[in-house]
Amino acid sequence: MRALSVVTMTAVCLAFAGLLGLAVWHIAGSPAPVNLPGLLAENLDASGVEHPITAVLLNFRSYDTLLEIGVLVIAGIAGISMAKTTSLEDPDLRTSDSLLYALQRWFVPLMLVLAGYLLWAGSDRPGGAFQAGAVLAASGVMMRLGGIPMDFLRPGVLLRLGLALGFTVFLLVAVASALAGEAFLAYPAGFAKPLILVIETVLTFSIAMVLLALFVSAPVNRAQEPEEGEHE
Amino acid sequence: MTIHLLYAFAGVALCGIGLFGFIRLDHLLRKLMAFNLMGSGVFLVMVGLAQRGGQPDPVPQALVLTGIVVAVAATALAVVLIRRYYHLSGQITLAEPGREPVKKPAADAHREGPTE
Amino acid sequence: MTLWLMAGLLFTPLAWAVLTLLVDFRMGRAVTWLGILVQVLVSLGLWAAVASDGGFYYLLGGWQAPLGIELRVDGLAVTFVLLTALVAAACGWHASVYLDPGKSWHRYFWPLFWFLWAGLNVVWLGGDLFNLYVGLELISLAAVGLVALGGQAAALRAAIRYLMAALLGSLAYLLGVALIYGQFGTLSLADVTALLSDGTVAAGQTFPLVLMLFGLALKTALFPMHGWLPPAHGIAKSPVSALLSALVVKASFYIAARLWLDLGGHLGGYELAQLIGVLGGLAVIWGSWLAFRQTKLKQVVAYSSVAQIGYLFLLFPLTWGVTDAISLQAQQGITLQVISHALAKAAMFLAAGNLIMSVGSNRVDALAGVSRFLPFSLFSFGLAGVSLMGLPPTGGFAAKWLLLQASLASGQWWWLGVLLAGGLLSAAYVFRVYQASFIDNTDTDHFFHPPKSLEVIPLILALLSLGLGLVAEPVLSVMALPFEGSSR
Repeated sequence: MRALSVVTMTAVCLAFAGLLGLAVWHIAGSPAPVNLPGLLAENLDASGVEHPITAVLLNFRSYDTLLEIGVLVIAGIAGISMAKTTSLEDPDLRTSDSLLYALQRWFVPLMLVLAGYLLWAGSDRPGGAFQAGAVLAASGVMMRLGGIPMDFLRPGVLLRLGLALGFTVFLLVAVASALAGEAFLAYPAGFAKPLILVIETVLTFSIAMVLLALFVSAPVNRAQEPEEGEHE
Repeated sequence: MTIHLLYAFAGVALCGIGLFGFIRLDHLLRKLMAFNLMGSGVFLVMVGLAQRGGQPDPVPQALVLTGIVVAVAATALAVVLIRRYYHLSGQITLAEPGREPVKKPAADAHREGPTE
Repeated sequence: MTLWLMAGLLFTPLAWAVLTLLVDFRMGRAVTWLGILVQVLVSLGLWAAVASDGGFYYLLGGWQAPLGIELRVDGLAVTFVLLTALVAAACGWHASVYLDPGKSWHRYFWPLFWFLWAGLNVVWLGGDLFNLYVGLELISLAAVGLVALGGQAAALRAAIRYLMAALLGSLAYLLGVALIYGQFGTLSLADVTALLSDGTVAAGQTFPLVLMLFGLALKTALFPMHGWLPPAHGIAKSPVSALLSALVVKASFYIAARLWLDLGGHLGGYELAQLIGVLGGLAVIWGSWLAFRQTKLKQVVAYSSVAQIGYLFLLFPLTWGVTDAISLQAQQGITLQVISHALAKAAMFLAAGNLIMSVGSNRVDALAGVSRFLPFSLFSFGLAGVSLMGLPPTGGFAAKWLLLQASLASGQWWWLGVLLAGGLLSAAYVFRVYQASFIDNTDTDHFFHPPKSLEVIPLILALLSLGLGLVAEPVLSVMALPFEGSSR
């Protein structure tokens, strides 16, 4: 019975991969009727940044990015909603590795600089808010493992402000541009570059906060809620 | 046929392997990793298929970046849920427990009905 | 004016999500009431604007598709925006009384609630395939967070199962989007449709459409992929269950329906349409039967959702290869079914929550004797049930009547059996709950009385669902051409 189910699943997955490969093969045979990269190159000058990917992320399809940060904030909220309310200190998470302590003094400043560089590079070469935020969060994880106390990560108003900051600034820019007479998220002419820079900077910070909060909030809250109408 | 299509077909293979893992494995963390494998496959198909002309297309690259952030958020949420679930039930699969778990005394008052 | 309304519609839920994140539960409740007021007014304004001037495309960031993202603001979209505003307002109001402010994790209910609302609006208005994916993920993650909020092991198991199904569904959808982008070079649904209609792309691939429909059907809990729905909807807090059953599953269906109506004619086929229809029909019968068999009250309601969702999938066979008139009739029937089920199911879950709160048990047989004490909630439950059964003059009746006519006119008489059996079976499970509540039980006469406001909310929703049948004509006329909208 078990063997039969494995065979069936293998067959299903092979069929799926085969059909998918066939579709890819057919689609690859003919050129796409819409030349989006060309259209993008024509409008790149109006976007305020030189790098096409950053232009797509923060100007042409900025609505996607706004919502994407929203998704990240949701994950952060759900994460901290399960954290202990009193303390985030979990002795299990702290290592006592002397090598880590020694390396940390070198790596943390280096990683902070790297994060700053990635953020700055985003406007004209690969890089940007998410990469910088990920590096920033990684250095936070390292500091955390090395036992550096990070009180701002307790579920308090500071943590929630940190989670919300990037999203809030982005959202305020969006609605301000709508109130200024343009559409939602349409940056006023001439302001695109500074606005994108501001958004990228706060996003870096917020993305790092969310990722770090999710790492740190893994300790578990013992209090629990019974199902409706279920007696304890 | 260009070298870029190779990426797309690698993505196809990853999708197949990921799907198999996702439906076959019971261990929740493995299931989650299979999901991420499949996600990587989808991203590879997206990027590889779009630059078959040899020219890099920035739009799917940006989409994939967005997709990665979404996948990271979903994975993180899943890990937090799985960890808490494991802590509360001692289980790491979704199988229903054979018998009712022993009820611990309540830590807080029961609001939604009389407690007798 | 409409531009301001659009900005308000997009801004309010996201802004309120942030505001309520920063304050505690009680403050969040007060802030939410204000936000609900704003959002309902904005939705009403937008609905009125579209009803008088017709639909339009809203260019986000001022960029046209395919470079930018366009929102399609047509009659159907604003009708669903308004429906969402009504149902979410009711659920938010109910939750503000129902949830215990003393529990620290309940403060996170409000931001998740607002994010969920924002995601729903994204989906109703979305015209960009990838943007719809992000909207779906926004909804799924917020919904999973709400199911898991402060939960025990069983709630977490349900939430994880829900999350896994939702993730697989999203990924299948995204893979379809990747293939569509590879083939057409654009992500705008309107552009893809135009390219197919004017013959620029002669033969599209069916596989991407199948992938997307599979993913969306999984997220909508179409039989036999419905396994995740009853645990999640049954174990969540009642206002959350109401939101999930009334609105969240409709979001993925809405995308599937729009894909089908735009692309199905070119990429779909008779077999695919019939297969989806048969699965829908099986969902109606199997879901209703399981609803009848459940011992827990909220599981009855949750399985009833599986059944009612099944009706929606009759859209696929009834709009493929038929005349425009029949297709329109089917689309109108499905639209009415979505609206009436949203109202009735929200009413039912909220009433079920009140009943559970009152008897202190979630079992159906624990309701014995409750009919003497809680006529209001029981009455709302019954009224909602009448709409689900499809008795006149409810919205459910109007919907099923249109579907019946469309089935006959298109010669697909076999769907009649589904419509009939579904109605009878739903009558059976609603009466079973009623029967349990009318058993006279003398030794339990100390019921907890929920606050009056909790009882009023489901009653209002149930009455709306009941009245929908009477105003079906004006409601349908606003979405004059459902799923079509203004030309670009």
